Amino acid sequence: MAARPEARLGKWLVSGLPLLYLIAFFAIPALIMVLASFRTPGEFGGLSPLVENGKIDLNLESYSRFFTDSIYAQIFAKSVWYALLTTFFCLLLAYPLAALVAKSGKKHRDLLLLLVILPFWSNFLIRVYAWMIILGPNAALARSVNGLLSWFGHEPVPLLFSSFAVLVCLVYVHLPFMVLPLYANLEKHDQALLDAAQDLGANGWQRFWRITFPLSLPGVYAGAALVFIPALGIFAIPDILGGPEDSLIGNVIKQQFLETRDWPFGSVLSIVLTVAALALAGLAAWVARGNLGTPSSGGDTRA
Amino acid sequence: MRRRPVALWTAAFAGYAFLYIPLVIVVVYSFNDSRLNAEWVGFTFGWYDKLFHNEEMLTAAGNSLLIALVASAVSTLLGTMAGVAMYRYRAKLLSILVLTPIAIPEILMGVSLLIFFVMLNFTLGLVSVALAHIAFCIGFVAIVVRARLAGMDESLTEAARDCGATPFQAFMHVTLPLIMPGVIAGALMAFTLSIDDFVITFFTAGAGTVTLPLQIYSMIKIAVTPEVNAVSTLLMLLTLALIVIASHLTPSLLRSD
Amino acid sequence: MALLEIQDVSRRFGDFTAVDRVSIAIEAGEFFTLLGPSGCGKTTLLRMIAGFDLPDGGRILLEGSDLAGRPPEQRPVRTVFQSYALFPHMTVAGNIAFPLRMAGTPAGETPGKIEEALADVRLTGFGKRYPHELSGGQKQRVAIARALVTHPAVLLLDEPLAALDAKLREEMQIELINLQKEVGITFVYVTHDQTEALALSRRIAVMNKGRVEQVGEPSKIYNFPSSRFVADFIGTCNLLDGVVIAAESGTVTVEVEALGPVRATTTLGTAVGAPGAIALRPEKIRIESKSSEATPDNHFRGTVTDFLYLGDVTVYRVSTPSGRKLEALLANSESGRTKFFETGDTVEMSWPADAGHFLDS
Repeated sequence: MAARPEARLGKWLVSGLPLLYLIAFFAIPALIMVLASFRTPGEFGGLSPLVENGKIDLNLESYSRFFTDSIYAQIFAKSVWYALLTTFFCLLLAYPLAALVAKSGKKHRDLLLLLVILPFWSNFLIRVYAWMIILGPNAALARSVNGLLSWFGHEPVPLLFSSFAVLVCLVYVHLPFMVLPLYANLEKHDQALLDAAQDLGANGWQRFWRITFPLSLPGVYAGAALVFIPALGIFAIPDILGGPEDSLIGNVIKQQFLETRDWPFGSVLSIVLTVAALALAGLAAWVARGNLGTPSSGGDTRA
Repeated sequence: MRRRPVALWTAAFAGYAFLYIPLVIVVVYSFNDSRLNAEWVGFTFGWYDKLFHNEEMLTAAGNSLLIALVASAVSTLLGTMAGVAMYRYRAKLLSILVLTPIAIPEILMGVSLLIFFVMLNFTLGLVSVALAHIAFCIGFVAIVVRARLAGMDESLTEAARDCGATPFQAFMHVTLPLIMPGVIAGALMAFTLSIDDFVITFFTAGAGTVTLPLQIYSMIKIAVTPEVNAVSTLLMLLTLALIVIASHLTPSLLRSD
Repeated sequence: MALLEIQDVSRRFGDFTAVDRVSIAIEAGEFFTLLGPSGCGKTTLLRMIAGFDLPDGGRILLEGSDLAGRPPEQRPVRTVFQSYALFPHMTVAGNIAFPLRMAGTPAGETPGKIEEALADVRLTGFGKRYPHELSGGQKQRVAIARALVTHPAVLLLDEPLAALDAKLREEMQIELINLQKEVGITFVYVTHDQTEALALSRRIAVMNKGRVEQVGEPSKIYNFPSSRFVADFIGTCNLLDGVVIAAESGTVTVEVEALGPVRATTTLGTAVGAPGAIALRPEKIRIESKSSEATPDNHFRGTVTDFLYLGDVTVYRVSTPSGRKLEALLANSESGRTKFFETGDTVEMSWPADAGHFLDS
């Protein structure tokens, strides 16, 4: 198209305004946080002045603390473990749901999909709160479980404020994120492939394991990324439903920023988390590119 | 469908049950005439009544609404522009900045904005929350708008220009009307995300400002009463209404394409 | 002065040259066709005339003035898109009114012009319908009406009939010819279908790999192709390779491989000894079971090896003893007979010198 001055101005305006906003309120804060990780904590919390007595105050103390004190690595590892478990159980639960919706006829499909998404649109805290009720000590579930345990002479086990509660809620909150990409993938599967396999003698389990599941891997990876990365940084769920043992990296970050007020150290933790998240997101994107061959025709390559 | 595999149906049904039973319990107990969310005693509207007389709750609700209106308006405008830029001009840097907030855990944005505002000596309050919400809502609107543009026939804009329309006129008369359902869906989504947001608001609200999710949080942590159930139920109804409207405008929003 | 002048226009995409120094002069009121296979550059050239693409070299002049620097909306050129590109959210009347709105036509005049445009394409009364309620042919006509309503200097048509079925296509072709005559506007038509080009156009530019191979009237291009590509692309053609053994003004005798001496006409001043090929159309070969009285310039005997019954004509493949295969065509004009010859029949083939056209490859 002819590049007239007005056209170019329009182009700069349309891409420029959102760009400016995001630079101001996303990129720059991120850079400031990186900077903060090299500074010293202020006397009353926060950050101490950048320039003091004519010298720029930058150091690696917070970083060395992170790398020397093993407890932070342990907490990080625990967060990774919880995120892995969450991803695994989400996959287990999401697969039948996605498969059912994918198999359904056109009429039901949209409704079934909507039903999966709806809970996601309710407030996050409500979903956490709901599990507080279900797992509460006086609620039916806890009482029946503990009743059963007391039969065997076991001590009552608190369901609430435990790792179990945290995990259940993590799975609950992230489930829709696993269902959607999985469904998007399964929907494209060609029934003819399964028919051919059956014709060649494969039973139900074999058809699933050798055909459906491998072909669904791109959807699995996408869902895994959508679950694992947010789950890694979660703090509200352990905060509300977890016990003292269940502090995850997100909780520590929150603590550093709002309670201990050691902002440089909090920034270090955040940066480590960001690097991990971005690396995983990059990995997921790379895997997705390599796996562009969806079961039917070629994928949509428009950016 | 030829055969209905029982195993699949039961597993899927269990999945749906898992998704909905907790929410149903919240709703049901909002009418429970008992302080404890333990067992059913009797039916009452009392908690809703208390809710509507709860000053703090009403202020929080008002704040949430105000922030959501502002945030959704601005992020829809900027997000639509971003969506157009990403699709038409393949703006690489913009794409990265638009999509990254969605890809990383929310706490990171909350924390970095906290440092940012404090460093600028910007008082934390309604405005800081709104600014933060806009930042992460832009991405969602941009994605929806971009998808809608991708589904539109390219030659229509060319035809408009061929008929004598300047690029701006072509956008206003042809492109915009055709992507409008996507823009509205994006706006509704931004509104919902803003009203529901907890993590980012938690870090950028400061001491004196409370939004509905923050109020719910403090109630959960400090003194749980079924008022929480009541406000949760109302929020769910609101969200449900918005989603139904949005899905009517863009049926393709829910499909895999 | 020609209405639309394309002077030495080129367009490159990286290493690939889509349009290679093309020069064409299109007269006012012509039905001019750009014909060629996919990828020959005809659509790219069309888009440059419309303004959706800019040439890397050369210029395009409309009524003497350079179109460079004028975006599509400022060119008095209208396009009928292959996908019709009707605005789905506007009625037929709204679609046709759009260019009028953009041109600032007073509101009072608009309804009249819309009616006129609809009448031109024989869609009176369709004003209130929406594009999704129309058939393919109707959408086609609305697209044409919208393009014509502001009386542009040139109308560009990008393979507009490609999506229609054969019967409808034929009807639309006739309608297009009549429409063009009626409104008198210059049409620049793009197609890969050579029969369509031959039927519709006043002149054709045959394009291949970004270059123009030949420009001329349909009969000239058909009977006197200037290159092997044109001979091959338009209809079917026997290409008889050989060397010139005798040359007089306008006629050559070529020693054709595996056949013998063949006399043909030529527009080139070819010297004896030059290699080349004779382009001979199948329908120009006369085949009989016995030689007739008149001795034409070229006469060979052969055996029918295959035939293809096509309903209205039958194509015969004839092989000479020396190994040359020729294709001949006979109309099945005698009722009751589906063909004149069987496989294995010996036939006499003959044609006059001016049936063949010599190309220097």
